[in-house]
Amino acid sequence: MKFAYYPGCSLERNAAAYDHSVREVSDLLGIKLQEIDDWNCCGATEYFSQNELAACAVIARNLALVEPQTDQIVAPCAACYLNLAKTDKLMVDHPEFGKEVNQCLAAGGLKYEPGRVTVRHMLDVIVDDVGETAVRDKVVRPLAGLRVAPYYGCQVVRPIDNNDNPEYPMKMDHLLSWLGAEVVDYPVKAHCCGGHLTQISEPQAFELIRRLLQNAQDYNTDMIICMCPMCQLNLDGYQSRVNGFFGTEFKLPIMYFTQMLGIAFGIDPQKLGFGKELVTAMPVLEAKLGGQLV
Amino acid sequence: MADKIGIYVCHCGSNIAGTIDVEEVARWAGKNIEGVVVSRDYKFMCSSLGQQMIEDDIRKEGLTGVVVGACSPHLHEKTFRNACKRAGLNPFLCQMTNLREHVSWVNSDKAAGTKKAKALIFASAERVKRQKPLEPMEVEVNPATLVVGGGIAGLQATLELADAGYPVYLVEREPSIGGHMAQFDKTFPTLDCSACILTPKMSEVGQHENVTLLTYSELEEVSGSVGNFKVKIRKKARYIDYDKCTGCGICTEKCPRKVIDDVFEAGMGYRKAIYSPFPQAVPRIPVIDTENCTWFTRGKCQVCSKVCPTDAVDYDQKDETVELNVGNIIMATGWKLFDCKRVPQYGFGRLANVYTSMEFERLCNAAGPTSGKIVMRDGKTEPKSVAIVHCVGSRDVTSNPYCSGVCCMAALKFGHLVLEKTKAEVYSFYIDMRTPMKEYEEFYQRLLGEGMHFIRGKVAEVTDAARRPEEHGKLIVQAEDTLLGKQRRIPVDMVILMGGLEPQADAKELGIKCGLSCSMAGWYTERHPKLDPVATMTDGVFVAGVCQGPKDIPASVAQGAAAAARVAGMIAKGIVTIEPIVASIDEENCSGCRICNDLCPFNAIEYDEEKKVSRVITALCKGCGTCVAACPAGVITGAHFNNEQIFAEIDGILWDAREEATV
Repeated sequence: MKFAYYPGCSLERNAAAYDHSVREVSDLLGIKLQEIDDWNCCGATEYFSQNELAACAVIARNLALVEPQTDQIVAPCAACYLNLAKTDKLMVDHPEFGKEVNQCLAAGGLKYEPGRVTVRHMLDVIVDDVGETAVRDKVVRPLAGLRVAPYYGCQVVRPIDNNDNPEYPMKMDHLLSWLGAEVVDYPVKAHCCGGHLTQISEPQAFELIRRLLQNAQDYNTDMIICMCPMCQLNLDGYQSRVNGFFGTEFKLPIMYFTQMLGIAFGIDPQKLGFGKELVTAMPVLEAKLGGQLV
Repeated sequence: MADKIGIYVCHCGSNIAGTIDVEEVARWAGKNIEGVVVSRDYKFMCSSLGQQMIEDDIRKEGLTGVVVGACSPHLHEKTFRNACKRAGLNPFLCQMTNLREHVSWVNSDKAAGTKKAKALIFASAERVKRQKPLEPMEVEVNPATLVVGGGIAGLQATLELADAGYPVYLVEREPSIGGHMAQFDKTFPTLDCSACILTPKMSEVGQHENVTLLTYSELEEVSGSVGNFKVKIRKKARYIDYDKCTGCGICTEKCPRKVIDDVFEAGMGYRKAIYSPFPQAVPRIPVIDTENCTWFTRGKCQVCSKVCPTDAVDYDQKDETVELNVGNIIMATGWKLFDCKRVPQYGFGRLANVYTSMEFERLCNAAGPTSGKIVMRDGKTEPKSVAIVHCVGSRDVTSNPYCSGVCCMAALKFGHLVLEKTKAEVYSFYIDMRTPMKEYEEFYQRLLGEGMHFIRGKVAEVTDAARRPEEHGKLIVQAEDTLLGKQRRIPVDMVILMGGLEPQADAKELGIKCGLSCSMAGWYTERHPKLDPVATMTDGVFVAGVCQGPKDIPASVAQGAAAAARVAGMIAKGIVTIEPIVASIDEENCSGCRICNDLCPFNAIEYDEEKKVSRVITALCKGCGTCVAACPAGVITGAHFNNEQIFAEIDGILWDAREEATV
């Protein structure tokens, strides 16, 4: 299994734990990731509403940089994944627009044939390509007794054909159950975390975050497992501000699903980026899984 | 004799003339096609004046062939063939060219359309010159009819025919007739008891001297054609001797094995392993469910056999196949409820107090598992608030795009029953309220008056994720109220999902057996959506009830009666005309290889052991042409579709290519 790897900006900084754990877990599962040489930012969400052609050209540059012998690209970040997939689909569905994007790329001596590269999310690769048996085989430290809430966020579950129900996805639920965790049927699993709303209107953003944390707590969840750097940042980084704003006492670690895979596979938590989160995960992990994890 | 062909190009108002230069086509055909003596265009060729024009030409010019460029032959082939016949020309010397469905309706470029129309007219003219006069054949109609499906549509059809004095075989897959209507409590908008109006019809069918009831049976195979179908029915083993059983019910009472009833009780109640689905079942003969019976699964028990006073239990009974001869078939196979788990955001299967509409029917049915008491899953608590979610699996591009037609009214009925039986507040979340039939809108007005709350908006989700203290322990229904322009979150105790109507899982497979096709959604296709709603493209096979498309009880009954009337007409006439488009084998040159024997999908080829040749049974042949193509010696001819005619047609289509080639 060989994929072009697009880490995206978040994974270089605030979501470094995601990047580390993706690489560690991929190594163990035999997923070969070839990082795209000289990749650039996907433009996140804002650029699309400013200038669609420019936004697409910026993204398509990354697709054009995928080596000719590789036809699949994997992105762990939900926004990067959606942007790459959306751009490819726009170029396929609207050939005229595809030509315009390619005119932009030509300025940099590049060209992308729409549809050539299939855009995948890390979760889909592990669940669909690696599969249940291979994942279960690698588990040496089952997450038994750990109550986890799978949180998908809103971007990965857009109705792109990825074998899951966009309204009530189940893939991460299945994956975490293969690791032996107790998976909470988390009703808000596909609700929005607020995205960049924290920068515009804190009361609104905090309310969205509060709902997610409150619901997880109502279900006696030990930790929320996410798959998007934005979600992780909002739920983890703003947790203490939310507590201050509402007078709540949430203390929920927010971890990436690849970090949990790594723990179950027996990988050293340090290598998986544990400790980079603000609401620390180690105490609850050690309490529930018993003893030292290192 | 020299060919004298008449060409008639129809405008069909602007339907054809809008995208084809019909005058040019007629003028061109008159000048360029050999043997054409008249070529005309006319506003509506199918009108009596248009037909008269063709008849006059036949008489005056002595036409030997007629080409009508108009609509699909499905619509007017008979019309023009009859016109020719009246003027003394054999109807099989009339050929239709489909200029409407094949050209004008699927094209917007007038020049291109005109060119294609010319090619098609040319092809028909070349073909008609080589057509032979044929005489239609007549066969007798077997007065017996097969009705498939014992729901209300099938029951109505059965009774109409049986009362008219004709024999009917009624096949039903479940142990009892009655269909979905037997599961309902009340019927909208009159609120009369469903069982009270249905069961008299059921027992009438059960006792009718002209009806042979085949319950717990499946249609396996259909052969033959209109007037003379042969059908195979598999009677599934009931493990009860039909003749000995009196239906006393002691076996069911004493059976120690309780099973959740997923069919009749929609999973809300229990039945025994030996059971009749409901007290008024017809026939009252129980069946043994071998998947759950302790004798069949573990080799122990036999209580039913011990307590049976007439020694009717027979554990060794086997499935039995019966062959029947019938003249006509009425398909009334009904529907199944949309699987509400396919909309996971509404919580069915995850959240206990989310119900499907069918579960709720059983819940408020006086004969149901709670004796009609509306309580939650704990079996005792009455809900203080109930939300009814419309359009679950209907009007939704992710599942079914169509409107199921009956759910709005059923939702109003549910609302009324909740308000009548409990103190609960009732909220209906609808997209559009659809109440178009007789006294339906009045029923809606009545519910508005009774205090049911109506929120116009498609539900986003049903969740137990509370945001506010008052939402704790409740099911929260979230929707955008499109009249207020606001998001609403209504906390309730109980949610009813109005599941849509879907075709039966095996509708397509069953349809293929008797020559029925299905619409995109999977409903059986009628011959004409407006003017021939119960006949189908297969002569002698009719459809009635929901298997043709979503409809309510009155419409199902009307269709059942309509299908029966069509069949009764066929039986009363006694004979049916069959197109003489059949295959024939040149026995002189047949080698007797028998390749055609097995290929024939209609079993219409027999083998003459004495002469060592194959022979077509004309009455069974449907003229499909399979044997014609397969015969290695090339000695089978399909009447009206022989090689000469088909090659001439191809040649005609390519007239311009031929010209270009010569140039």
